[in-house]
Amino acid sequence: MSIKEIFDTMSYGPAPESAAEALAWLVDQGDRFGHFINGSFTKPGDGFNSQNPATGEVLATLTQATQADVDAAVSAARSAQPKWEKLGGPGRAKHLYAIARLLQKHSRLFAVLETMDNGKPIRESRDIDIPLAQRHFYYHAGMAQLMEGELPDRAALGVCGQIIPWNFPLLMLAWKVAPAIAMGNTVVLKPAEYTSLTALLFADICRQAGLPKGVVNIVTGDGAVGEMIVATDVDKIAFTGSTAVGRRIREATAGSGKALTLELGGKSPYIVFDDADIDSAVEGLVDAIWFNQGQVCCAGSRLLVQEGIAERFHAKLRARMDKLRIGDPLDKCIDVGAVVDPVQLKTITDMVASNDAGETYQAKVDLPGEGCFYPPTLIEGLTPADRLMQEEIFGPVLVSCTFRTPAEAVELANNTRYGLAASVWSENVNLALDIAPKLTCGVVWVNGTNMFDAAAGFGGVRESGFGREGGWEGLSAYTKPRTKPKALTQVEAFTGQGSGTDPIDRTAKMYIGGKQARPDSGYSRAVHDKSGHILGHVGMGSRKDVRNAVEAAAGAKGWAKTTGHLRAQILYYIGETLSARADEFAHRIDHMTGRRTGAKEVDASIQRLFTAAAWADKYDGQVHGVPIRGVALAMKEPVGVIGALCADEAPLLGLVSVMAPAIAMGNRVVLAASDPFPLAATDFYQVLDTSDVPAGVVNILTGSHADLAAPLASHMNVDAVWSFSSTDLSGEIEKASASNLKRSWVNNGAALDWHTDHSRRFLEAATEVKNIWVPYGE
Amino acid sequence: MERHLSEQDAQVAATGDAQLPQVSEPRNPGMELDLDWALGMQANTSAIERRCATLPGRRSVKKDYQAAWLLKAITCIDLTTLSGDDTDGRVRRLCAKARQPVRADILQALGTPGITTGAVCVYHDMIAPAVAALKGTGIPVAAVSTGFPAGLSPFHLRVAEIEESVKAGAHEIDIVISRRHVLSGNWQALYDEMKAFRAACGEAHVKAILATGELGSLRNVARASMICMMAGADFIKTSTGKESVNATLPVSLVMIRAIRDYHERTGYRVGYKPAGGISKAKDALVYLSLMKEELGDRWLQPDLFRFGASSLLGDIERQLEHHVTGAYSAGYRHAMA
Repeated sequence: MSIKEIFDTMSYGPAPESAAEALAWLVDQGDRFGHFINGSFTKPGDGFNSQNPATGEVLATLTQATQADVDAAVSAARSAQPKWEKLGGPGRAKHLYAIARLLQKHSRLFAVLETMDNGKPIRESRDIDIPLAQRHFYYHAGMAQLMEGELPDRAALGVCGQIIPWNFPLLMLAWKVAPAIAMGNTVVLKPAEYTSLTALLFADICRQAGLPKGVVNIVTGDGAVGEMIVATDVDKIAFTGSTAVGRRIREATAGSGKALTLELGGKSPYIVFDDADIDSAVEGLVDAIWFNQGQVCCAGSRLLVQEGIAERFHAKLRARMDKLRIGDPLDKCIDVGAVVDPVQLKTITDMVASNDAGETYQAKVDLPGEGCFYPPTLIEGLTPADRLMQEEIFGPVLVSCTFRTPAEAVELANNTRYGLAASVWSENVNLALDIAPKLTCGVVWVNGTNMFDAAAGFGGVRESGFGREGGWEGLSAYTKPRTKPKALTQVEAFTGQGSGTDPIDRTAKMYIGGKQARPDSGYSRAVHDKSGHILGHVGMGSRKDVRNAVEAAAGAKGWAKTTGHLRAQILYYIGETLSARADEFAHRIDHMTGRRTGAKEVDASIQRLFTAAAWADKYDGQVHGVPIRGVALAMKEPVGVIGALCADEAPLLGLVSVMAPAIAMGNRVVLAASDPFPLAATDFYQVLDTSDVPAGVVNILTGSHADLAAPLASHMNVDAVWSFSSTDLSGEIEKASASNLKRSWVNNGAALDWHTDHSRRFLEAATEVKNIWVPYGE
Repeated sequence: MERHLSEQDAQVAATGDAQLPQVSEPRNPGMELDLDWALGMQANTSAIERRCATLPGRRSVKKDYQAAWLLKAITCIDLTTLSGDDTDGRVRRLCAKARQPVRADILQALGTPGITTGAVCVYHDMIAPAVAALKGTGIPVAAVSTGFPAGLSPFHLRVAEIEESVKAGAHEIDIVISRRHVLSGNWQALYDEMKAFRAACGEAHVKAILATGELGSLRNVARASMICMMAGADFIKTSTGKESVNATLPVSLVMIRAIRDYHERTGYRVGYKPAGGISKAKDALVYLSLMKEELGDRWLQPDLFRFGASSLLGDIERQLEHHVTGAYSAGYRHAMA
């Protein structure tokens, strides 16, 4: 076209970013890559091609790791770890800083390589992915610097296996590697097989930065390599990817003692109220669902619009879609690039094709003739019952539905197995800040979407996984308490043929929904003292009792909305009531256990209650310093319903140590009493009954831990499961917890010293951090 | 909705006869004041700023396309002098530059001879020399009016000033609104004032200067934009160039989204003029892409889009010479205004 013709039509022309430097780097590496193990690249072996999804062009040949490769990488990481940790925070900080600087120096090379490998528009890799990756290393250089002063009780986990997805290859690497090595861990990382190139370039950067050998190891390959890493001798697995694979990893690591964090799928709601700035909310959707071709775990993929504005909103949205430009990802004038691989393109195409609900609108845009491109798509007028309202598409496809009231918006938003992120659009601060805490997710953006920063934790609830990446809250995923665990031995109940000591039979029942309840099974067992006398009988709890208790706990959700002050008052009151009956409880404990530690245990239990009461209104969230004009409010929210198998060896203290911090934070609990010594727990419900604890907040079951573990751990309406049982159930519990990916905390056969105050650990486990981003400005 | 200009339209645009909206568009007749609509307008500042901050990274025009876009920008410039020391001679020089904004050999090389600026913009007393200097070129003379820049002279004098300027040969009148009406929420007064100014303009077309830097919030900018359009503004314009903050991308986005809503509802196209602070060729490209993205190609012609600028042209000239020769240019190689 001549300049005159362009002058007349005012069209955009091509604005290509050069691929020359990135291609030259690949040629310099011989277009073939081995793994990066112990500070150097291994000889390339058998493997697979890495392709540019926009053109189909082969960029390089990568090596499929063998078991021997994975073992070598883990062993390199294992040998490097103690020295790396001993280097100290400030020493490690220098290395992280050097990596950040080098990422910055080579930023365009990283950006171009990322775009060629992944298909995302160069604007995104250049302006978002790579700068954020740098930011994570800078931020965590600071965390390394501060670790010894600010986290004196935390130590590195050891060797971390990290498995990352293909949608943000370098950025996900940075999210995983930076906090891990900052805290003194070493890593074995596997990039996704579609997109390994920037990880290999990163390996080269680590070499240039003089990072000690073995601190960062990178092995390439497909899911089979991931499985090898999961199975190998690592201390932690960090995974970002699909919920299905996350669930398999949960099952595979169950009972192994390996720490686990999972960042999984989502179907995040994008809620637009009728008082929103509609044009800005429409534009926000471009960043929500057409960012990175919609291949974003937290993509705002479920549009919920208030009925009164729905028609106008959708008309504006369709007009906006037609303005999107799709094509060569290296073009600087492109909004939507290529889907990562033909396999993913087919998945998206098939999912949309199989849908016959609602009205489908595809942007009137020109698609390139070849390559993995899919048009921006809107499916309007769906209902929650439609498959595409529930299932993650992981492509540039938005589904929408309308709502009538704020309460209905929240119900629709939370009507999902996932819980990663949400957007809320309203010009009314009362409305926006009322809705944000009610959304079941880990991140909320008010009048915005897809905002990320190293200073604010990112991660989900429900089947979107657990653990946070970024912020102070992200560090607990890469550290552990500095304690030496002791082995826990099975505590056996006493047996005997003796008769009862009290002529009046006392009936210990279970405690469900604020009422005493007989076991559904209709069976009871005798509890004997050391000399074989019968102290009483307790019900043999079964799955039906678990069901009833969870239902009661779920129904008591009002507890989460009470004030910390009120919860403190009730906890103090429980302590007061227990104190009045201290002698009786001490005797009971002494009788059951045959020890003389009852008085001490009761005293410690009262202390736990007072400590939890003290924390109830003080375990504050944070305001993160994110680089926007606005705030990210890191709010601590209760986990929900927590099921716990209480310690056998400390029949009262074990139960109170779990219960007090959990309910202080607004959770409801289903507690299985000490298996051999259950009568302190059943006496305790009388204390609860007379201390104003609302019905359903605390539920107590008795019976065999082995019988109660599976129904509790697999119950879909339980949000977290903890086990301090002396019965070896950790593996079974964690395997069953995979059903809904509930948070788990199990003892793996290690004892916790109940006379030490672990309240902080319990408070942390009893809360989820939700980051609410509130940009402001008039 | 959008259409590319027909060849004939383009011809007209290129030869400088298309600047007046009357040429190809029915004028906005205005409508009854609809306060529900105007006051229901929302503008979320942080989201608007994010859109503006990322736009330059999303849209990029290179090589021949950049040259063509810069030429287009020239045809949309209201070449302006609004100084206390303006003289007939100074205005004649400006008009000469408006007629031949770029060195002839450069335009020849680009294949676009005959380009002119969109208009020349002056104070009332400079209308006569400007009209004389532009005779036969088709380039309209715009006059700032109504007690520009503060707009605080007696109302009847402000109306009379418009009438005088039209009589003196101005085809376009850039009025300033009473900011106090916006700041005190006196929307009816704003509407009435604008309506009176429009009536005084007669056939001359009227640009409403909102002085956005003095309106306090983007929400006020949105409301004032809408009310001025309801009262019959042909163009809405950001600033006088005399406020401490003049044209910005966020303000522009709010105003052009108001124009879009007004067009969707009434079918009339109102023009947009950012003024003050746009001095780089690169900025002009971003503004053009903002118009293209948010309003569509129809708003990329001088009858619906103008830059109020004095130094922008110089930077564009240097860029165009660079495009032709491949070497970076120098200011002294281009004729001054």
